[in-house]
Amino acid sequence: MPAVSKGDGMRGLAVFISDIRNCKSKEAEIKRINKELANIRSKFKGDKALDGYSKKKYVCKLLFIFLLGHDIDFGHMEAVNLLSSNKYTEKQIGYLFISVLVNSNSELIRLINNAIKNDLSSRNPTFMCLALHCIANVGSREMAEAFAGEIPRILVAGDTMDSVKQSAALCLLRLYKASPDLVLMGEWTSRVVHLLNDQHMGVVTAAISLITCLSSKNPDEFKTCVSLAVSRLSRIVSSASTDLQDYTYYFVPAPWLSCKLLRLLQCYPPPEDGAVKGRLVECLETILNKAQEPPKSKKVQHSNAKNAILFEAISLIIHYDSEPNLLVRACNQLGQFLQHRETNLRYLALESMCTLASSEFSHEAVKTHIETVINALKTERDVSVRQRAADLLYAMCDRSNAKQIVAEMLSYLETADYSIREEMVLKVAILAEKYAVDYSWYVDTILNLIRIAGDYVSEEVWYRVIQIVINRDDVQGYAAKTVFEALQAPACHENMVKVGGYILGEFGNLIAGDPRSSPLVQFNLLHSKFHLCSVPTRALLLSAYIKFINLFPETKATIQEVLRSDSQIRNSDVELQQRAVEYLKLSSIASTDVLATVLEEMPPFPERESSILAKLKKKKGPGAVSVELEDGKERGELNGGGDRGGDAAIAASNASTPSPSADLLGLRSAAPVSGAAPSAGSLLVDVFSEAGPAASSAGVNDDGFLSALHAPEASDSPLVEGPGDSDSAPPSAASEDPAPPLPESDELLNKFVCKNNGVLFENQLLQIGIKSEYRQNLGRMYLFYGNKTSVQFVSFSTTVSCPGELQSQLNVQTKTVEPLVEGGAQVQQVINIECLTDFIDAPLLNIKFRYGGALQNISLKLPVTINKFFQPTEMAAADFFQRWKQLSQPQQEAQKIFKASHGMDTEVLKAKLLGLGTALLENVDPNPENYVCAGVIQTKAQQVGCLLRLEPNAQAQPGEQMYRLTLRSSKDTVSQRVCDLLAEQF
Amino acid sequence: MQFMLLFSRQGKLRLQKWYVPLSDKERKKISRDLVQTILARKPKMCSFLEWRDLKIVYKRYASLYFCCAVEDQDNELITLEIIHRYVELLDKYFGSVCELDIIFNFEKAYFILDEFLLGGEAQETSKKNVLKAIEQADLLQEAIEQADLLQEVRLLTDP
Repeated sequence: MPAVSKGDGMRGLAVFISDIRNCKSKEAEIKRINKELANIRSKFKGDKALDGYSKKKYVCKLLFIFLLGHDIDFGHMEAVNLLSSNKYTEKQIGYLFISVLVNSNSELIRLINNAIKNDLSSRNPTFMCLALHCIANVGSREMAEAFAGEIPRILVAGDTMDSVKQSAALCLLRLYKASPDLVLMGEWTSRVVHLLNDQHMGVVTAAISLITCLSSKNPDEFKTCVSLAVSRLSRIVSSASTDLQDYTYYFVPAPWLSCKLLRLLQCYPPPEDGAVKGRLVECLETILNKAQEPPKSKKVQHSNAKNAILFEAISLIIHYDSEPNLLVRACNQLGQFLQHRETNLRYLALESMCTLASSEFSHEAVKTHIETVINALKTERDVSVRQRAADLLYAMCDRSNAKQIVAEMLSYLETADYSIREEMVLKVAILAEKYAVDYSWYVDTILNLIRIAGDYVSEEVWYRVIQIVINRDDVQGYAAKTVFEALQAPACHENMVKVGGYILGEFGNLIAGDPRSSPLVQFNLLHSKFHLCSVPTRALLLSAYIKFINLFPETKATIQEVLRSDSQIRNSDVELQQRAVEYLKLSSIASTDVLATVLEEMPPFPERESSILAKLKKKKGPGAVSVELEDGKERGELNGGGDRGGDAAIAASNASTPSPSADLLGLRSAAPVSGAAPSAGSLLVDVFSEAGPAASSAGVNDDGFLSALHAPEASDSPLVEGPGDSDSAPPSAASEDPAPPLPESDELLNKFVCKNNGVLFENQLLQIGIKSEYRQNLGRMYLFYGNKTSVQFVSFSTTVSCPGELQSQLNVQTKTVEPLVEGGAQVQQVINIECLTDFIDAPLLNIKFRYGGALQNISLKLPVTINKFFQPTEMAAADFFQRWKQLSQPQQEAQKIFKASHGMDTEVLKAKLLGLGTALLENVDPNPENYVCAGVIQTKAQQVGCLLRLEPNAQAQPGEQMYRLTLRSSKDTVSQRVCDLLAEQF
Repeated sequence: MQFMLLFSRQGKLRLQKWYVPLSDKERKKISRDLVQTILARKPKMCSFLEWRDLKIVYKRYASLYFCCAVEDQDNELITLEIIHRYVELLDKYFGSVCELDIIFNFEKAYFILDEFLLGGEAQETSKKNVLKAIEQADLLQEAIEQADLLQEVRLLTDP
């Protein structure tokens, strides 16, 4: 066999590769490549037709050059030519080139697709596989459009060779991942599931990847795979290591297939069938038992394959979260791995234990390993392992061990790698808050955090400590004292100054009795930091100063002096200058009463979830944070989509949390703010009216005083808009409710009465495409949400609701969508609809997400209308008229006469009537100008026969053209509704 | 699996296989970042790391690093053995494979990979079956070449 690679032609290629390798410099390499490109270009352009071999060789050279990292802008046509060569190697190189260097040139795509089509129908399995590999490698939408219909057929056909089936299965998987809307399994579902029973292990191995992906998206349709997967797994687990011949890998029977089977089962809850469940539990126990057996080989491949299955089995056990016995055994097994000499196993054990920690059955068992994990945090040489240890400590933390764990994490933070500091800081902050029994411990911890890793303390963290201090009377004095002490350090972090400025401004009076921290001492201490700080911090300090004037009249002269100095009142920064001017005026003009009212102590913040959680989650990606929600978590959450549960909770906490920055701004946090400017304005008016007419007139008469009163609101804006705070803009309380449907939503609904696919909605951010299919009384709708921007949408969520009566008329089920939509990405949502009885209203679709911090809230009507459940009925003229007569009671008929809003083009009219879902009956109405249609509306409760007649007066002048539309059906509401809907269409 | 990269100790990319659509620019950036990250790691460190929202599984064989990026729910250890099986396949096909074999016969390395993994998932894990498929293709090629040869002979001998 090796002879093949040595002897076979393409000497020119080998020489070229050698030349490149011998190049001494980058420049020489580029020179050589350019020479070669020129040569190839001239060959391709030359008059002499190239033979297949030369073409293959040059295409291969181009490929090599491309893989070296250079751009290739020609040769595609020659590669496409190779595809239709009947020489295998030429074809193969052609396909390789296309797979690596796809070009979206539509003309080429057409040619490529043609070549693929030929090979797929060639019945030559080697050619078919090549073509399938190419589709799988490219996976473009164009290919999905061309082949998504054909491949399932190849996959399940009885006469397809095994190797072709394998390629077809994975090819289909790739197309499904790229264009799920184009791959409709429908009728193939059950035959695809039964591939799990295939004799050929390779076919099962390939098919199961496809089945797993499809199951995770449509669990109900594929649920028969559970029992098949369990019995397949059971056969493998109980087989001797030699039974499976070449599918045994280092004495482990079919490790890849075993892992995939265990993974597939994680798409489902535990089997309901007792026998199946028993068999599965037996498998899991066997796998755990095998882990204790002596290894059959010393090779690392043996233990890796064996442990791969073990870890996958543990994942399944954790996913079920219902077998205490298995959970504890899993935990013990992982405990052994924590001290294993293989770094890989220690890493994986720490990772896997993190999820075990969130199960109520194994949380205690995990906690017993705390010392080992702390030791790992201190001694592991590999930062990625230490990171896992930190994650696990975080996950196993509860009230009983919080102080120990937080202390260990803090001390680790002093030497921690820069790459993980920010995350560690967030975690410490969260744990400290969550398990704080006494709040002085909490304040100490956060101040320590700022001291040790101030650069990594994000705004969320220091906002949060202030929120908590403000809300807890018992800790305010302690906080003031501690922060005062912390500020004594000659070099302290700017974040400490911020916290200090805020806390002393609010609660400095609580420690002012001590001469060592008298008001002037406090002020001087703060002001000594002023010149080292950035503009936002200085702005905050100026606000602290004006609060000092209110708290301690004895500091007024000193502070006014500071405010009056040129460096403040003439500061080049507009913000600082404005504050200095306005605060100075405020302190000199306003009466003490006004001052006291304006600068009253902050009201408590509404109790709420920490916004730090959201921050951590954003940093870590989905799934990372679900752990700390354990307290409030429902038991069901681990079964299917723990992440999603976490997301939802966080989205909720986000939603109920007005921006931390906004909260700290003094005046306006007590009332929910719907639009900052007007509400702040009205608040100021209130202050005025309370202060009495004197102050009011003073304000009006004095230039700048009005704006001075605006100051606390307006001037804090730099903090609000500070970097990194973009997604916490204050949502108004009202905007969290689903918005009322857009005014145009009825019009949008009408657009879809006669069609099923199209763009439902589009604005600058979002496009919603729709694709739907109906059968009998059932419908399925695919919604495609496309992010038109380059920025991700976060907290993306959609809800479909049936208002009022509709609830009992339609049964609508939706699958949740991922909460994150990347820029430029599209997510799909499937909606299943069952029509229970006839209905009038449309379901409401509400979409919420955050784009660059601003909450977007859009409501639309889903275009589900009663006519969607029409089954067309063909009938002869005699039948039609007989039925027409039968439906002659007045309430059975609905009629409308209306002006044509479009032209009366016959074909357009026909298309619309067909789109309505009825059968268009030819030669029934004696007047050939008229249209008659018939159909049956299928609901769960009943079937409603429906006849329709549309009479245009086509001869009339444009502008005078009218229709008469008559509907007759066995149910009055149906006649009326269909008539109303249809009247909008012409 | 999202992609697989083979690169040398000097950081030269020897093979790249992408199973998710990415622009050329993104691919280059990812390769550069990852090669740098992995080459900076010490020999005894663990074979897995978190990278962006992916898990990276890598292993060094002689002068070559094999590196796979898998998704969050994928199994690290079995991915490690995917790498090993691929190395075994190359080894069996080339006979004691070395980096040069992959440089000079890069197209074969791609063909073998396609037989083993497709769309980022294991297609056929039996060593025998994968090699049989490649072997058949090679035989097909030889048969065609033989036929060509015969044709040429006949052309020459015809009067």
